[in-house]
Amino acid sequence: MSHARAFWLFVGPFAAGLLVFVYVPIGWSVLLSFFDARNTVTPVEFVGLRNYADMLTDGPFLRSLGTFSVFAAFIVPLTFVLALVLALLVSQISFMQAFFRSVFFLPTACSYVVASLVWKLSVFNGLRSGLANTVLSWFGADPVAWTVSTSPPWYWLVLVTLRLWLQLGFYMILFIAGLQRIPPVLYEAAALDGARSWQAFRFVTLPQLRTTSVAVLLLLLIGAYQAFDEFYNVLGTDRGYPPFARPPLIYLYYTALGSGGQDFGHGSAGAVILTVLIVGVTLLQGRVVRR
Amino acid sequence: MKALRYLALSIAAVLFLVPFYLVVRNGLVSEAEISAASWTFLPSSVRWENFAELFSDPAVPLVRSMVNSLVVAVLQTLGQLLLCSLAGYGLARIPYRYSGVMFYFVVATLMIPAAVTFVPTFVVVSTLGWVSDLRGLVIPGLFSGFTAFLFRQYFLNFPRELEEAARIDGLGHWGTFWRVVVPNSRGFFAALGVIAFVTSWNQFLWPLVIAQDQESWTVQVALSTFLTAQSINVHELFLAAAVSITPLVIVFVAMQRWLVRGVAETGIKE
Repeated sequence: MSHARAFWLFVGPFAAGLLVFVYVPIGWSVLLSFFDARNTVTPVEFVGLRNYADMLTDGPFLRSLGTFSVFAAFIVPLTFVLALVLALLVSQISFMQAFFRSVFFLPTACSYVVASLVWKLSVFNGLRSGLANTVLSWFGADPVAWTVSTSPPWYWLVLVTLRLWLQLGFYMILFIAGLQRIPPVLYEAAALDGARSWQAFRFVTLPQLRTTSVAVLLLLLIGAYQAFDEFYNVLGTDRGYPPFARPPLIYLYYTALGSGGQDFGHGSAGAVILTVLIVGVTLLQGRVVRR
Repeated sequence: MKALRYLALSIAAVLFLVPFYLVVRNGLVSEAEISAASWTFLPSSVRWENFAELFSDPAVPLVRSMVNSLVVAVLQTLGQLLLCSLAGYGLARIPYRYSGVMFYFVVATLMIPAAVTFVPTFVVVSTLGWVSDLRGLVIPGLFSGFTAFLFRQYFLNFPRELEEAARIDGLGHWGTFWRVVVPNSRGFFAALGVIAFVTSWNQFLWPLVIAQDQESWTVQVALSTFLTAQSINVHELFLAAAVSITPLVIVFVAMQRWLVRGVAETGIKE
């Protein structure tokens, strides 16, 4: 068997799939984004850049990027710090280490749908007898209507704690793997130099975790960018989705596939803008890290 | 200091476990107790008959949607492992003129998260007539550039001596791959396979978009429909959620070693 034939035998099926399910869709969407296409996935009328102009001037799409920014501003630093703290705590103990690691990792077994169910209808159900309101009442505070409260926007607390619970264990595992790669001899040298434990953390652990930290930050940011599940399930009701707290994918979902008519022209333009933004961030990050 | 560490870890552990307890607790109490005037940690009575009620409720297609989820997750796991490992091996080990081009063809897709392009993918898949169809649920998720990339990195470090011994025995690329490389890479396949299964079982956005008929709902879509519409009893919903996470809790307990390795492998691109 020649190398060429063997190569295509191995790589061909996968490459064909990538072509059909990644490259063709993106190409088709770029095309659709220049057309009017309502309730059809074939181009109807050429409109030039109007779909893009609509998306970039009309409020909802830009507001969805604002919503993403608010979400990311909370969830990225909180997950980063708490996952690192958990990783340090777990790796510094020996008795019951596997138990604690498993407990913190277990929420990964839950889907966002199940977590949304617990957060929306149990912990933060807004009833006086809900768990969060029960805890508040111990401190004499009034009950809060968590998921429907817009001023102050308590729904952020619901969404951020939900994602924290679900993803902390995953990032803790990444930090533990990073910590295990630090050569013990570095700590021995630091101890010989008389470093206190926070100095060892500041001058050995943190610099040695640089690769892991950059990867974790990027994964957290990309994850927040794609947020959909918990927003849809926590805030969606039988009367539809509220007009606020719509991150980009929620907005695109209701534009392209919502019950109010399918608009694939604008939906495609939105998808293209989101793709360009995320590719830009990835390339920029690669350049900054390589420096 | 040591006691403080254990205290902090124990408080965190309780916080992490409470939501699991709530799923089971709310699934096994009466409807009245969920919305009772004051909240109690332990329910006044455990109603095992809720199980019979849930499984005999014709409005809740729990069994059907669990079967759909299982079929999708198994097919996606096996399909992804097969296609991506073959591609990864070809890219890592078969010398060919266009191998470099094909590598860039694969890694370029790493920059684009699949969820961001759900509208484009829906446009193509609906043109193929795969809406509310098993093919539409399974096939678009098989082609993970990231998994192929991870396999390539792994095979680059596979001991060449083993492959050369197979070559001397007269095996070609195909025979070497199946008889020598795969049997010696079981751990790596298991690690990526567990991740693929968990991801597939829990995925929501794509099934929501593509499984429009109730017959084709996955369990996540079914739970979400009842959660957002709040059209069934809350205790039934919680019990259904408890049933839906059972397969994954089993996977977690049985395969934890591979799972942790899989997370560490997939989380960080070296």
